[in-house]
Amino acid sequence: MNRIGALIWKDVLIEARSRQFIGAMLAFTLIVIVTLNFAFDLIREQRETNGAGALWIAILFAGLIGIGRSIAVERDRGTLDGLILSPIEGGSLFLGKFGAALLSIIVVEAIALPVFAALYDLPALDPLVIGIVLAGSIGLAALGTLFSAVTSGIRSREVLLPLLLFPLLIPILIAAVRATANVFEGDRDGTLRWINLMLGFDAIFIVLSYLGFGFLIED
Amino acid sequence: MATLLNRRDRWLNLTGIAGLIVVSIGLYMAFAYAPTDRVQGHAQRIFYVHVPMAWLAYLAYGVLFVGAVGYLWKKDMKWDRLARSSAELGFLFTTLVLITGALWGRPIWGTWWQWEARLTTTLVLWFIYLGYFMLRSYAGDRERAARHSAVLGLIGAIDIPIIHQSVEWWRTLHPEPVVLNTGGPNLPDSMLYTVLVTFVGFTILYAYLVGMKYRVEAARDEITEREMTRMFTTSSETASPSTSPQRISPASGGMED
Amino acid sequence: MVVQMELISKRYGRQAALRSVDFSGDAGTVVALLGANGAGKTTLLRIIATLTQQDRGRYHAFGVEAWPRRRSIRARLGYVGHRPFVYPELTCAENLHFFARLFELDDAVLVVDRALQHAGLADRAERPAISLSRGLLQRLDLARATLHNPGLLVLDEPDTGLDVAGRDLLRQLMRERAETGALVIFTSHALDFAIEASNRIVTLVNGEVAADEPSAAVTLSGLEATIHGLREAVSVA
Repeated sequence: MNRIGALIWKDVLIEARSRQFIGAMLAFTLIVIVTLNFAFDLIREQRETNGAGALWIAILFAGLIGIGRSIAVERDRGTLDGLILSPIEGGSLFLGKFGAALLSIIVVEAIALPVFAALYDLPALDPLVIGIVLAGSIGLAALGTLFSAVTSGIRSREVLLPLLLFPLLIPILIAAVRATANVFEGDRDGTLRWINLMLGFDAIFIVLSYLGFGFLIED
Repeated sequence: MATLLNRRDRWLNLTGIAGLIVVSIGLYMAFAYAPTDRVQGHAQRIFYVHVPMAWLAYLAYGVLFVGAVGYLWKKDMKWDRLARSSAELGFLFTTLVLITGALWGRPIWGTWWQWEARLTTTLVLWFIYLGYFMLRSYAGDRERAARHSAVLGLIGAIDIPIIHQSVEWWRTLHPEPVVLNTGGPNLPDSMLYTVLVTFVGFTILYAYLVGMKYRVEAARDEITEREMTRMFTTSSETASPSTSPQRISPASGGMED
Repeated sequence: MVVQMELISKRYGRQAALRSVDFSGDAGTVVALLGANGAGKTTLLRIIATLTQQDRGRYHAFGVEAWPRRRSIRARLGYVGHRPFVYPELTCAENLHFFARLFELDDAVLVVDRALQHAGLADRAERPAISLSRGLLQRLDLARATLHNPGLLVLDEPDTGLDVAGRDLLRQLMRERAETGALVIFTSHALDFAIEASNRIVTLVNGEVAADEPSAAVTLSGLEATIHGLREAVSVA
């Protein structure tokens, strides 16, 4: 526990001083939200469904460029060997990096959601939407961290990462978009099964990533 | 050793011949024995190939999953060989099921593609197979490729039922385009027998192809192994090849932690 | 024996990095591992440090098979690689503190303070590591590697970037570690420094052990002949 805490504390301190991830993720999220407006014409009919889709595409891409690089960055700096050589087990290393990744994407969402709500005039700050965003982000951060380790040693990781990650994240994407659209349309009861699906997904893949991470980081 | 290999070869060849015979019978039945569907006409006959392909696409992934778990547990390359052999055939069958499905869908549904739960899941499966191969080809080192792809295979195996569930809910909560409800559980007996025969035939053929592929992969692994031994021959040994010392086998031990 | 290796071989792609290397080291010694670029020094060090697994051969550390038991070995191992395990955004103290927590050391604050003092970085404790020069960064990394009193200290070219004072500090540190019962293994391209700082010198040529002798018996010119002469002989052949 102490070790996991140390890992998270280290990443939070680095992020607080450099803002390299959150800055990039935030800028990217905002430009995606704005750009998708032109693609979907979010002002007119069906804007609830399209708006939910736009929001989640933005979050997904933010996760890809932020969380997807969290292990690669350690490798590029040469510090990954330092983590491997500490007596920490793979599962704890996963939880530490996952925790830090989750915190960073939550910070991005905390800024992006009000902007989204204002630009599209949709109730994105509804507590239920915030809950959906959190549930979706957990699964995204878990698999994102895991596949960050898979692709960190590979030169063409920018191509490989979405190819591996997106198919596996389909349940999260479908559930999050449907649930968010349900709230936007005023159908709050309809969200329940989607939130349950996401929470189940989160639990399963946190456990699997915890167990599998040790196999991935040592080469 | 040689006789053992021969016996194994003979069994493998027999499996292949048996598969070919049963598949031939099945195809004959599909065209000559099974009746022409009243609604769908001859297009329905693709069903006798399509259904076994769909089953094999998922069976192959199941075998990949077994290989992946076996490799992560035992660290023995033979499990990885099984996984990669089955993955290649699984990718082939998944491609075929998508193509035969589209060929059938065009005359019957009036469209090549439907975002229907089973189709969509199979399409996602195809992408998971694709990612599996790309990961293997990029990973470089043989051992790392085995380890990383095993983790991917395992994650995918757990995810596929969840993907199917989410797609199904997604479709049922959406207005469904008008689709002819084809097939159904009450097929005429002749159709059922035909599909059973092709089903068994293609499954035997799959077993044969996995066995063949496994042999090819084993040979490939052995080539690498021999190359390595030659590579590690020291200069003192090349000077006097008669005194090459006993080699110590690859370091044993798990990677678990 | 802290380290015991038999017939260790390792390849990268189609290139053999190590070929049937036998190597063992006892507690209380400082071993210099020398060789030209590409001779296999770093590969051997990475295998010793459990960062890489050998393709062939046997490696035992602290009496147990190293790779399967690597987690327990890592708790007793200090490693300095080509690039420091240092986060530039964190201060010197924070960097050491992070690793102290990863190793779950008791009295982390005290240990970190003492290590900074020892490395001559006490006055820079609160400065971000990015502000350090190459030499000071190397000192910080050495302090990081020895924070948990490792019984096996593996240093890959630890003298790069160090000035005369820094080298003296490094030599002293390695001797102290050996005296407290550790095995120290380091590589270097500075032959005079290697002879001075070690008890024993092992020379690698083309992934094989070419010489293994006590440092006292070694001369600078003899060493150069082993490292470069043999290499030329091999490349001609």
